[in-house]
Amino acid sequence: MENVEITKESDARGSFCPGPLMELIRMVRDAEVGDVLAVISSDAGSQKDLPAWVAKAKHELLGQEDFEGAVRFIIKKSH
Amino acid sequence: MSEEKMSIVLFSGTVDKLMAASIIAVGASAMGKKVTVFLTFYGLMAFRKGDWQTNTRFSKDFEEMAEPAMAAMKEKNVPNWMNMLNDAAEVGDLTIKACGMTMDLFGLEMEHLEPIVEEVTGVGTFVQDAEGGQTMFI
Repeated sequence: MENVEITKESDARGSFCPGPLMELIRMVRDAEVGDVLAVISSDAGSQKDLPAWVAKAKHELLGQEDFEGAVRFIIKKSH
Repeated sequence: MSEEKMSIVLFSGTVDKLMAASIIAVGASAMGKKVTVFLTFYGLMAFRKGDWQTNTRFSKDFEEMAEPAMAAMKEKNVPNWMNMLNDAAEVGDLTIKACGMTMDLFGLEMEHLEPIVEEVTGVGTFVQDAEGGQTMFI
């Protein structure tokens, strides 16, 4: 995801389910439409919860990548 | 965000079950469901003002887990269940209601309860709130 400009990033490693999801929801709420957000999570539940929420809330998951043993989710606020 | 509903009868006042109920309530709120939590008996006791700050009650059937579980939650900075519910109320549509019968039985008034509790209702209202959605008893 090197060619995507991240508007805001949050490192939620060490936070437990549903912490990273709550962090993502807050970031999306506070962002502008079109902003690209990144959340890093080490929590097992979030690996499926974050993409599920992004789909449900009709935003766009641009990608997820390994990040120092955790996962970095990249999300675009679509509306 | 959605017309889907989840209703939880929260009967238990032990930290393990309060955690479980709160995580489900937060998750359902985050996923866009309209969540109603109906507090009755020990569930309501756990929402008496300030009780959550000192509550270390734990399920009797896993009593030996009480100390290690509480210690692990503290060490790993797991958010308190009450804070999780406040989060759910912030991000989603969560309403917490107190059972009128329990209030009467134990002489409780709204002023004795945490501010997150919005109103006192009867079981009839709860059943009406829950109609057509998922309901669970914890």
